[in-house]
Amino acid sequence: MKIGIPKEIHPGEQRVATTPEAAEQIMKLGFSVSVESGAGLAANISDEAYQAVGVEVVADTKTLWKQSDIVLKVRAPERNLKLAIEETDLLSKGACLISFIWPAQNEALMQKLAAKHTTVLAMDSVPRMSRAQKMDALSSMANIAGYRAIVEAAQYFGRFFTGQITAAGKIPPAKILVIGAGVAGLAAIGTAKGMGAIVRSFDTRPEVKEQIESMDAEFLMLDFKEEGSGSGGYAKTMSKEFIEAEMALFAQQAKEVDIIVTTALIPGKPAPKLITAAMVESMKPGSVIVDLAAEQGGNCELTEKNQVVVKHDVTLIGYTNLPSRLANQSSQLYATNLRHLLTELCPEKNGVINVNMDDEVIRGTTVIKEGNITWPPPAPKLSAAPAPQTEAPAYPSVLEQQKKSLLPPSVKQFLPLIIGGLALFGIGAVAPESFMTHFTVFVLACFVGYQVIWNVSPSLHTPLMSVTNAISGIIVIGALVQVSAPDTTVSALAGLAILIASINIAGGFLVTRRMLEMFRK
Amino acid sequence: MSHSLVTMSYIVATILFILSLSGLSNQETARKGNYYGMLGMTIAIVATALSGSVTVYGILIAAILVGGSIGAKAALKVEMTQMPELVAIMHSLVGMAAVLVGYANFLDVHTSLGGVEKTIHEVEIYIGILIGAVTFSGSVIAFCKLSEKISGKPLLLPGRHWFNLCLLIASVVLGYLFLQQSESGAGIVPLAIMTAIALVFGVHMVMAIGGADMPVVVSMLNSYSGWAAAATGFMLSNDLLIVTGALVGSSGAILSYIMCRAMNRHFLSVIAGGFGSGTAGEAAVVEGEVQPIDADETAALLLAAKNIMIIPGYGMAVAQAQHTVNEITKLLREKGKKVGFGIHPVAGRMPGHMNVLLAEAKVPYDIVYEMDEINDDWADVDVSIVIGANDIVNPSALNDPNSPIAGMPVLECWKGETTIVLKRSMASGYAGVGNPLFVLENTRMLFGDANTSMQAVLKALKG
Repeated sequence: MKIGIPKEIHPGEQRVATTPEAAEQIMKLGFSVSVESGAGLAANISDEAYQAVGVEVVADTKTLWKQSDIVLKVRAPERNLKLAIEETDLLSKGACLISFIWPAQNEALMQKLAAKHTTVLAMDSVPRMSRAQKMDALSSMANIAGYRAIVEAAQYFGRFFTGQITAAGKIPPAKILVIGAGVAGLAAIGTAKGMGAIVRSFDTRPEVKEQIESMDAEFLMLDFKEEGSGSGGYAKTMSKEFIEAEMALFAQQAKEVDIIVTTALIPGKPAPKLITAAMVESMKPGSVIVDLAAEQGGNCELTEKNQVVVKHDVTLIGYTNLPSRLANQSSQLYATNLRHLLTELCPEKNGVINVNMDDEVIRGTTVIKEGNITWPPPAPKLSAAPAPQTEAPAYPSVLEQQKKSLLPPSVKQFLPLIIGGLALFGIGAVAPESFMTHFTVFVLACFVGYQVIWNVSPSLHTPLMSVTNAISGIIVIGALVQVSAPDTTVSALAGLAILIASINIAGGFLVTRRMLEMFRK
Repeated sequence: MSHSLVTMSYIVATILFILSLSGLSNQETARKGNYYGMLGMTIAIVATALSGSVTVYGILIAAILVGGSIGAKAALKVEMTQMPELVAIMHSLVGMAAVLVGYANFLDVHTSLGGVEKTIHEVEIYIGILIGAVTFSGSVIAFCKLSEKISGKPLLLPGRHWFNLCLLIASVVLGYLFLQQSESGAGIVPLAIMTAIALVFGVHMVMAIGGADMPVVVSMLNSYSGWAAAATGFMLSNDLLIVTGALVGSSGAILSYIMCRAMNRHFLSVIAGGFGSGTAGEAAVVEGEVQPIDADETAALLLAAKNIMIIPGYGMAVAQAQHTVNEITKLLREKGKKVGFGIHPVAGRMPGHMNVLLAEAKVPYDIVYEMDEINDDWADVDVSIVIGANDIVNPSALNDPNSPIAGMPVLECWKGETTIVLKRSMASGYAGVGNPLFVLENTRMLFGDANTSMQAVLKALKG
């Protein structure tokens, strides 16, 4: 099948859906690949680079769309102003489109694509499960956005991130608050930490505390109990009381920190307003806010979509195309995500895609199958969130069963003592004096052994065993006192016992010595 | 030599044995401890040989020379990876010797005891032979399992507990018969039948224990061999034997207890056998995809890391990879990396197995850590390398209450940045439990023979 990659037409979009490296791998699956001339220029990939790996470069946009069985794009199809035609109309009937679609927000587009009997796989709908991670374009783009958010903030922030003590004076480190520790938030934390800033982070999902702390950032605890994890590892809307407590925390933090990066998004809903105008006003002059939720209306009241504005001496960055501002890197990752998806779609490596709706990953990603809208998919079986608590009571009953016993625990606890006491009493009642002397020695020796061995260092377990092995060869004494008996059978048995025990003694001590020689500092 | 002098020598020997064991519990004094043991043994043997009860020296000297040279040869030739087998077979020798001494003592009619003393003496013989025989056959089976002459899988006969109970009852009944018949000087028949039963019991007991429980079995048999010696001491009214036997017996018992605790298993349930068969409920099935890695990428990860932790398991012993591991360790340490070894108490097939292998490869012992020393520090570890270990790094021991190894303390390497697992294939560990570690996001699998893989990594590190 023929794969075509058109040039992105969205204003400011600099990414491209494939790179020469990814195209080379895709061709190995049996596909032929064409790109529109100049498609990669904004991401620093020349037409020649594509040609060098055997990709066909097509100059005419319409030809490219027409000849392609599969179209790979970054942005959802839109109107091509230069040609005055909808991209959906360029797509040939029954073709396959793989790109970001956002089906929930783009109802009309979905209808149009369905009418053309196309098959559409939405990169924003890849299910969140471990197997699908390599195709998860949202995560790879969020990672870049988080990085870029810090880079943008650094550009508008008038000071160092790292603290320094120089001859010219002491420089305090920048304090950064990252709200929302998803992929983007964690990437921002990592980048900011890498530049030397003090990073704090807040998230409504308590399970990310460990992740935040693993990045060496401080997790801001809210003294409030409410589970914020929705399905699929995303956050959900919180209660009013929770939000009030949260807002109080942000208001206090706004006075302290120099930079705020907000990444709070709830799937399918406008972004929650977390930073009010009053909080912005309370920030120090020269502070920076990067609002990664600007696309969905912004986490900050004053954010202006796609703009950098200065209000109350605070710079508010509302870029929605942060991945695109790192076009080469994001093209590479996105192209790799697409390549992995194509590999899943084409398990036979024969250049024909098979949209197997029994495969959970492919099922979730496919939003239109041959003209039928298949979105939204049924809930995935596996989720990145921890299993709900209701499953837990399965095991206490097992434990209870095991604990049930014929005897009450108090009796059971003393049972060994009672039996031991009775046995000792029995022995004492019948045994003669001579036996008791030996028995005394025996019991004391057991306790000496216990005291001596108890603190043995684990690394010496093996030498200890081999030396006790050698020492238990002391049984040779028993054989020695019998070897001189007049009875030949007895002395033969004793002789054999001496021989065997000697193997033990010599072997045990020598092997211990050999081992101990090896231990060295 | 007068009787008092012999007794005095025995006291000296006893003290030396106690010093030997206490010396062995610490790295610095261990070598000295071993010499104390040798000295004690020499004194005991010489004193006995010179005492009045020994008059014929031919057999004695010949047996000691032959036995001693066999033992010395075995000790100097054995590979360190085969230590568990050697220890097991040596336990069987003690058991065998106890049986022989017991029979010799029974056949030796020169004892002049009567009444209760005689009965007690007969009971001592009976019990001494019983313990000796169980130790012997159990150790032989343990040896066969360890050297993979027979399968390490537990053999679970239907109604095995009843079978054991029948054997126990039969032994008690035979003991009664034996006591009655020995009044008249007979009794060899019930004694022989009991010996056979004890041998069967030893075989059956160890057959039912799975390979993962081998460290417990080996230390338990170590304990038995001590009790056998102690029983022989009672039989011969010899305090030296009693004390030494009791020392060895309790030392083995403590080791078994430590091993059981390390696996969060009850001692009785290990002895009763059948690992992993008694748990109720379904253990969670491991789902997900492993992420393979190659030697070059492993080397790159290691070069980028600052703090590296190596977790060896039985697979390292099988592949004889300890020397290559040491080379890698040396190289990384020269490059200024912090390299440590994390040893789980039941790693390998014998207590302390890994320490011996690492010592053989000349890994300095101050960078070899116990589980408790390092288990809280995983967050600082950049790369951990798991070499041929499985159950001891299994997260389901902590978070899956239905897992057969639930509750066993494990090395929590997944809390580090990246874990590289060396494995021959995706087979499950000795305990037959799936391991979710392998499909974790920060785990990479390096498939292949551990030594070959490690050599490839070493080459990549040098190149």
